[in-house]
Order: sequence, then C-alpha cells, then structure tokens
Amino acid sequence: MSNEANTGTPVIEIHGVTKIYKTGSNEVAALKGIDLTVRQGELVAIMGSSGSGKSTLMNILGCLDVPTEGSYSLDGSRVEKLSKNELADIRNQKLGFVFQGFNLLARTTALDNVELPLLYDRTGTKKNTRELAKQALEHVGLGERLDHQPSELSGGQQQRVAIARALVTEPRLLLADEPTGNLDSHTSVEVMALFQELNAQGITILIVTHEPDVAQYATRIVEVRDGRIRRDHPVELRRDAAADLRNIDADVVSDVPADRTGAEAA
Amino acid sequence: MKQQTLLKLASQSILKNKMRTLLTMLGIVIGVGAVIVMVAIGNGAQASIQAQIKSLGTNVIMIMPGSMQQGGASQGAGTFNRLTVDDAEKVKREATTLSAVSPVIMTRTQVIGGNGNWRTQINGVSTDYLTIRDWSVASGSLFSDNDVKSMRKVAVLGATVAENLFPGGDPVGAQVQLGHVPFQVIGVLAKKGQNATGNDQDDVVLVPYTTAQARLSGFVRLGQILASTDSPDGMPAAQEEIRGIMRESHKLGEYADDDFTIRNQDELADAASSTTKVMTYLLAAIASVSLVVGGIGIMNIMLVSVTERTREIGIRMAIGARGSDVLTQFLVESIVMSVAGGVIGLIVGFGGSALLGHLTGWNTATPPSAVAIAVGFSAAVGVFFGYYPARKAAALNPIQALRYE
Repeated sequence: MSNEANTGTPVIEIHGVTKIYKTGSNEVAALKGIDLTVRQGELVAIMGSSGSGKSTLMNILGCLDVPTEGSYSLDGSRVEKLSKNELADIRNQKLGFVFQGFNLLARTTALDNVELPLLYDRTGTKKNTRELAKQALEHVGLGERLDHQPSELSGGQQQRVAIARALVTEPRLLLADEPTGNLDSHTSVEVMALFQELNAQGITILIVTHEPDVAQYATRIVEVRDGRIRRDHPVELRRDAAADLRNIDADVVSDVPADRTGAEAA
Repeated sequence: MKQQTLLKLASQSILKNKMRTLLTMLGIVIGVGAVIVMVAIGNGAQASIQAQIKSLGTNVIMIMPGSMQQGGASQGAGTFNRLTVDDAEKVKREATTLSAVSPVIMTRTQVIGGNGNWRTQINGVSTDYLTIRDWSVASGSLFSDNDVKSMRKVAVLGATVAENLFPGGDPVGAQVQLGHVPFQVIGVLAKKGQNATGNDQDDVVLVPYTTAQARLSGFVRLGQILASTDSPDGMPAAQEEIRGIMRESHKLGEYADDDFTIRNQDELADAASSTTKVMTYLLAAIASVSLVVGGIGIMNIMLVSVTERTREIGIRMAIGARGSDVLTQFLVESIVMSVAGGVIGLIVGFGGSALLGHLTGWNTATPPSAVAIAVGFSAAVGVFFGYYPARKAAALNPIQALRYE
C-alpha cells in the first residue's frame, strides 16, 4: 500500500508551514513547521487531540487560510500567496469539503445543495449542473432522495449529500473534517465505507479525526501534536469498512466485531 | 454566476421566510403606494387647473391696461387705461405674427327677455373672438364682420344666460334688451364651464364691439385686447411685436414705461400650476419619507439575515463562493425584495388613487413616468440599504463563519 502511495503524483506538498495567531501582544504558534506530502490515491487520516493544530492544518490545506510561513503546492501549483478570490476559485475547482456538522443548506433540497458548488464555477466547463448534481447523488447512493431536504434525511444520509456536494466538482482532493463526529458508530462505519469505496476509485482523501477507530480505515495516519507532526506511518492492518458493516449487520448483539481487536492491536 | 441563477437563489432564500419577507416588503409597498397616490392627487389637481386655463383659448395673448404712477406710487394694473379700439385695429392691421386679434369692451348690465331678466357680463368683441377663445356656437351663428362694421344690434348669448332667460327653449331669433337697447339673439355659445378662478365663463353675452361702444358702455377705452398665434412657439415674438406696435400707437418715447401690460396664457398657467406643483412636491416628499423608512426596514432585516445565515455564508465560501458572489447574492435579495415591494406598491398606489378619486370626486392622474420612478426608486432603495449588510456578509471570514453557532 505505501509503495503504491509513494509512486503517485503529489497532490499536496507543504514545507516548513507555520501559523502564528496574534491576540493582542500574545503570539500563539498553532503550527510550528510542518512538512507533508500527500500523493494521488492516498486516504490519509490526520489525528490529534483538540489544540494540537490539526484544525489549523486542515484550514490551510483547505485553502481557507494561508500559512504565516512555508510553502504549499496543491496539485502542482503554489497557493500560499494567493488572494482571497484565487483561493475561493481553488476551493471550488480542486477541493471538496466534508464537515462534521454536514453543513448543508437548510430548507434546500439535496439536489440544490449538491448543485451549489457548480453554480460558483468560473471555468465555464460545467454546463449541465443539475445532471452532474444528480449523478453525484446517485454515486453516493442517494439517487432516490433528490428532492428531500436535510431535515427529512438521517445523519448518515445528510453526510452522504455533503460528500456528493464535495465530489460534484471532481476535485483533486476530498477534505473531511471529523466526518463521523456527529454520527453513531454504525453510520460512521457506513460513511467510512463510502470513503474507502471512493478512494478505491482513485479519489485522494484526507480525513481529520480524533477517533483512532476511524483512522484505522485510512491508508496512512499522520499524528499531529503541539503544532508538529509526531508520527507519520502507513496503516498496516487496514480495516475494511464494508466488511465491518456486514459483520455488524450479521451480529447486531455484539458491539465489537470479531476482527476489531486485531486491528486495534496493530 | 449566471444572472438567472442569482435571481433563482435570491428568490429561493427570500421565499424561505415568507412572513418576514412580506412584512419587510410592506414598508416598500406603503412607501411606493403613498408616493403614487400623492403624485396622483397633485397631478390631478394640476391637470384640472391646466384644463381650466386651456378653456381660455389656445396660444392666447392678453393686452391689458397698464398701471399709472402717482407721485412714485404705483396705482396698480388698470388704473391708467389707454387701450382703445384704434390700438386693437392697429395691432390687427400691422402684426404679422398674430392669427387673430379682438378688442374686448367689458360692461355689466341687466338683460331682459324671454322669461325674465338676468344681470350679466356684456363683452363687445370682434369676429376673431371665438377663434382666440377656441369657442364655438351651439346654435345659430356669430355675428359677421359686416354686423360689426354696421354696428348691428345682434347678440350671442352664453349658455348660462340662455338657460336662465329661455329655459328649455331656443333663444335664437328672440329679442332681448341689454340695458334699454333691444338686441336680436342670433346665436347661443357652447358651454365652456368655469375658468381658473372659478368664474362661470358661460355667464356672458357677446355683441359687436362697435355696437357695445356706441350703445352700451359709452366708454372709449377697452377692457383688454385679446390676440392669438398659430403655435405656442410664436408667442414670445408675437408679444415683442405687439409691444412695438402698442408703443408706437401710444407714441411712447424711448425711455417711457409701457402704459399697458402683455400677458400670455402660459404665464397664467405657470402661476396657477406653481402652487399645485409645490403641493405635489410636498406630498411626494412626505410620502418618500415612508419609502426611506421602508428601506431601513429592509436593511434591518438583511442585517438580521446575514447574522442568521453566517454559517450558510461560510459554507458557500468554503465551496468556492468569492466575496463578490456573496455580496451579489445579498444585494440581489434585497433588490428583489424592494422591487417586488415596489411593484406591489405600484398596483396599490394605482388602485388607491382610483379609489380615492372615486370616493372624493377629486381628479387623480397617475403619470406613466410614475411606474418607472416607483420601480427605479425601490430598486435604488434596495441597493442603497442592501449594500451595507451585503458587504458585511462578503467580508466574513469563512473559517469563523463555518464555526458560527
């Protein structure tokens, strides 16, 4: 798995990234020099407790924020010095976001929600926005729920809509910030199964999480603590969410699937 | 983003909060409606006054007696009457810019005939008089130039006089006595109604000015001379020409003041309508205050909406909306809201002024430009009061906006 990852083209390359927040005369360094390369086809989990700097890293990787120092190239082009508008265009064309709280527009149908990023597209290449949005929803298994509003969907379904929205622009990278944070364990596994499925189709995914269980579905885990990367290692006993799901469904009484102990030990 | 999409998005989010949108729009509806009703009332008043002024005739120029100075104190218009029939005839003869000229000898007397008697205004005029006044006879005919030349005792009755002396009958051919002089009625004038000052213009008897001078008034002086031009454009030149002829006729030296006054119909109309214009502006100004208040209402709601939708703004920005996209969206929302309010206000205003006209009997007239003004103004209100909230939305930091609870 790691060999395969090392041969792919880099999607993310950051070097010496620092981020310093100024509050009055205090300076707080949230990131203290981070180097990270994520290659095409990887499913990376960024782990860390709250205050570790993983959210700041996520914001910078997601082009929502710019680093104080350091370089960042996304899909081969440097982005650390871009203007707000250029960052917005990068987010639109190259990134897809999935958030903890789903962040769908309320009282707006699934289809309209998924279509939204296409409406902000400035390249003019995406014409049939409704058709594309429909396809994206079918891709995540919600082809039957096009006209449902978020309030009419379960948490798992809402997160699928959010994933469809992230995918609809065919981004180079899918960024998921605690995507299972608001979901029960069963739905979490469902969502991770979807991520694994998408990853298997070649989509590069970066998940920020503090749950070790979730991280075990990734191909690689990057642990962040105190603004630095402490560990960066491939997942050896990678778990298959689809298989877990089958086990859970087969044995609803048992909370812990049989093979979980093994995975956690690894 | 395409304009169509923008409009769609704006309508979508406006419709998500129907009650609030309705109440917000109500401010603009009332504002625009009030402006339109007020303008309609003012315009209606102006139109009736213009119509009355117009009843004086078309392109009318009046030459009236001038004022006299006594020891430096002006005695006012008409105190020094040197207008004569000769003046009128000279103007008629020499002026090239005028289409019609008539002297007017004015006197009041008792008219006896038919069923009784009636005190009325007698005007001694020439055959041009009806042309100038844009007037016609309802039955019979006006006297001819020959009648004027030979001082025939013929009279044309105003509608009011005819109605009072000969109720229900046709007075043409009947005899009436003006003062003690018998006249033959040869025509009845068409009804003209009130003039700008509210006087009944039909309460009059027209006779040849020659006859009037010889038989009725005994005055040598004229009340006024009326003249008219073919087109309104010719009026200033005509007035200048008349002035020259009159000064010559009165043998006024180079430095002498005019001993007559020349007025034209437009001046009268302007004077009369300036009052109503001021009234219209005043009413419209008061009504626009409510438009401004409506605008502030929109601004208030848009500010609330921006705060409420902070997260939504964050989402939009995260998925690639530029600040300008967000700005445009909120601006379009406020414009859609205010223009929709403006259009409804327009309908309410038209309905309201029609209803008011119906209930009060006032003349109300909504100018077509009111439509453009109402829509234009409400759009402007939308832009003006929507810009600040929209800019606030556009300036949000996406990270903080996403975290906003």
